[in-house]
Amino acid sequence: MSATLADPAFAGAAATSGFVADTITFSNVDGPGNRFVVFLQGCNFDCVACHNPQTIPLATGEHFRTTVADLLPRIRRAAPFLGGITVSGGEATLQPDFVHALFSTVKADPDLGRLSCFVDSNGSLDDDTWHRLAPLTDGTMIDLKCFDPDIHQQMTGQSNAPVLHSIELLHGMGLLYEVRLLILKGVNDDPALLRRTGEWLASVDPAMRVKMIAFRAHGARPHEPALVPPTHDELEAAAGHLQVADLKLCLV
Amino acid sequence: MHEFQERARTLVQDGTLSYDQKLRRLATLATEALPYPALSPESREALDKRVICDMFEGHAPFTARYILPDYEKAVRQGLSYLELRPPTNLADALAFLQVMYANVPSVTTYPVYLGDLDKVLAPFVTDDVSDDELDTMLRRFWIGIDRMLPDAFVHLDLGPHDSRIARSIFRVERSLRQSVPNITLKVDPDLTPDSLVDDGVRTVFETGKPHFVNHPMMVGDHGERYAAVSCYNSLKIGGGAHTLVRLNLKEAALRHTGSADEFLDTTLPHYVELTAELAEARIRSLVEEQRFYETHWLAVEGFIDIDRFSAMFGIFGLAECVNLLMQHDGHDGRYGHDGRTNAYAVRLVERVAALVAERPMPYCEGGDGRCYLHSQSGIDLDEGVTAGCRIPVGDEPDLLRHLETCAPHHHLFASGISDIFHMDETAVRNPEAMVDIIRGAFRQGMRDFTFNLDSNEFVRITGYLVRKSDLAAIGATGAARHSSDHLAAGAEANFHLTQRAVKRIGCHERDPR
Repeated sequence: MSATLADPAFAGAAATSGFVADTITFSNVDGPGNRFVVFLQGCNFDCVACHNPQTIPLATGEHFRTTVADLLPRIRRAAPFLGGITVSGGEATLQPDFVHALFSTVKADPDLGRLSCFVDSNGSLDDDTWHRLAPLTDGTMIDLKCFDPDIHQQMTGQSNAPVLHSIELLHGMGLLYEVRLLILKGVNDDPALLRRTGEWLASVDPAMRVKMIAFRAHGARPHEPALVPPTHDELEAAAGHLQVADLKLCLV
Repeated sequence: MHEFQERARTLVQDGTLSYDQKLRRLATLATEALPYPALSPESREALDKRVICDMFEGHAPFTARYILPDYEKAVRQGLSYLELRPPTNLADALAFLQVMYANVPSVTTYPVYLGDLDKVLAPFVTDDVSDDELDTMLRRFWIGIDRMLPDAFVHLDLGPHDSRIARSIFRVERSLRQSVPNITLKVDPDLTPDSLVDDGVRTVFETGKPHFVNHPMMVGDHGERYAAVSCYNSLKIGGGAHTLVRLNLKEAALRHTGSADEFLDTTLPHYVELTAELAEARIRSLVEEQRFYETHWLAVEGFIDIDRFSAMFGIFGLAECVNLLMQHDGHDGRYGHDGRTNAYAVRLVERVAALVAERPMPYCEGGDGRCYLHSQSGIDLDEGVTAGCRIPVGDEPDLLRHLETCAPHHHLFASGISDIFHMDETAVRNPEAMVDIIRGAFRQGMRDFTFNLDSNEFVRITGYLVRKSDLAAIGATGAARHSSDHLAAGAEANFHLTQRAVKRIGCHERDPR
């Protein structure tokens, strides 16, 4: 926060580049308020239900390479109408240097400094790097694909232990804005499982904000057996099983 | 005389018009037996060809078009004409206002302004009135307004300060979901808390109201005592607008030969002057011939003052106008999508503003002796021409570009400009995003901000609201509670449903025949 435009560190940050899949000028589904979203290319999870599978490969192609300075004019143009920016993906935290450079540049800019900086993540990041990003980060949204370790492994190809740990860590740091649960019919919507999930989330924070997102086939890769979107009633039923304590559920 | 008799006979025998509707139309028709206020042949021809338009107010205006009585003063000192003493509690104040509303004239015959209700009622909402009592009383009052003044141009204002009254009104709005009254929330970056704007946004999700205005910009043009009334018209409290005339910029462009630059120095000034002449003739008729301000009790008792009035100079069809002129110049850019076209549109509106500011106008002290510029949001007659400075429906670009196209025009329109932004239903889960956009719009110099949800029960027509369920009821049964307004013109009974919906609203912005 002490960096200024004249600071050599600032120029260095703006020159930092990352692999960016896309940006969205206005989004009302990526954190609080209206946000500019940077989708970074590459993810270490391989979720069967990913609705953006083209962002999974750890691409190093030069056409993805984008500097912080490239993004600034786009953010600046939208800034009057924004509450903040969000990095998403892919998995944004696989490029922590770029995220750090982007956030520090935005925070140091006189016109952009009021924007909040959020991270939308799969929660796989290690403690040291979370700590490194924390001073520049105003909030995080963490995806929890499944509380059950085996089902999580099947759904993502990875263990959920780091995810659960990140949720606890970020809550402890005051940086957990929301946990997101993607609900797939017949995969992770068992009532007892949802109950255990809700109890665990409430043990971390009884008033946690939890967004329950119904899987939608749009964008997802074909899968055998086919993945089934829950109906609205089924999503509501799932929410009923999950609801414990004062969890603030939001259904999407 | 024969044609006049035929029109009168058609009106009185029209089975689809209510008694009240017939009365109003007969009154307008009667003034058409009088000569039109004297116009030059050129202005007359432009009026006949609808290049300029008088909003079909009749030949001899006998009320100001928009009147903003000083209700705060009225409840403080009482009304001699209506034999009402100053109210001393909330119940009396609401009854007082209801009586007063029934006696405030306007071009629609219904009052277009009900007051800045948070301020008008503040002295009566004391600590011993609980929120529940307040909600109950306002709810009853609200039902009365909708049933007795069934006209979505009936409008009240709130803010910029937070208040129990504003919060109660939003609660009542969300529970009743009526199209009347229309509401404006005044928003100031320093005075209006996010939570009140947020409450307004949540109310839009339910009812399509309120409309939001940039309070500091309005204060800069009108002083603290202003209000947004009717359909995005910002005017002085204790004053208003004598009349509204408007210039169809598309029609002006169609009559232009030469370059876009030349338009600004030849055709545009010509039609601006013809429009101004029409305004002047109508103002003089109202003030000098009908002597409205000498005779009406609101003026006699000091609740309005002619020195706080002006006239509204409206323009519309900017989009078609600039697109046509760019084609003349061999450039195929579209308004809303092309930088050069957008920049020219700003120059054109700046030129209109300068011309209107140079044209003295009698009895317009409210505007320092000039008309207020207004981006006119259309009437149901307009076909093939876009309201005000809006981007044609269906051709709107992404939201950021849309905002960027509109924003540069707003500061020029002291008496209001509207652009309606349609949001998809994801907005409902994140009202804060709308708060960010509204704050941003005002930060970027926009004056007015209206948005609507695609999935909403309420739809804005030109700027006022109708309920989709009311439309469906008309479609199914041919009748509805406000059948007089639904079926405004028997001769046009075959109008498309949405055009009929416009007529559900008792208003003057309707078909003239």
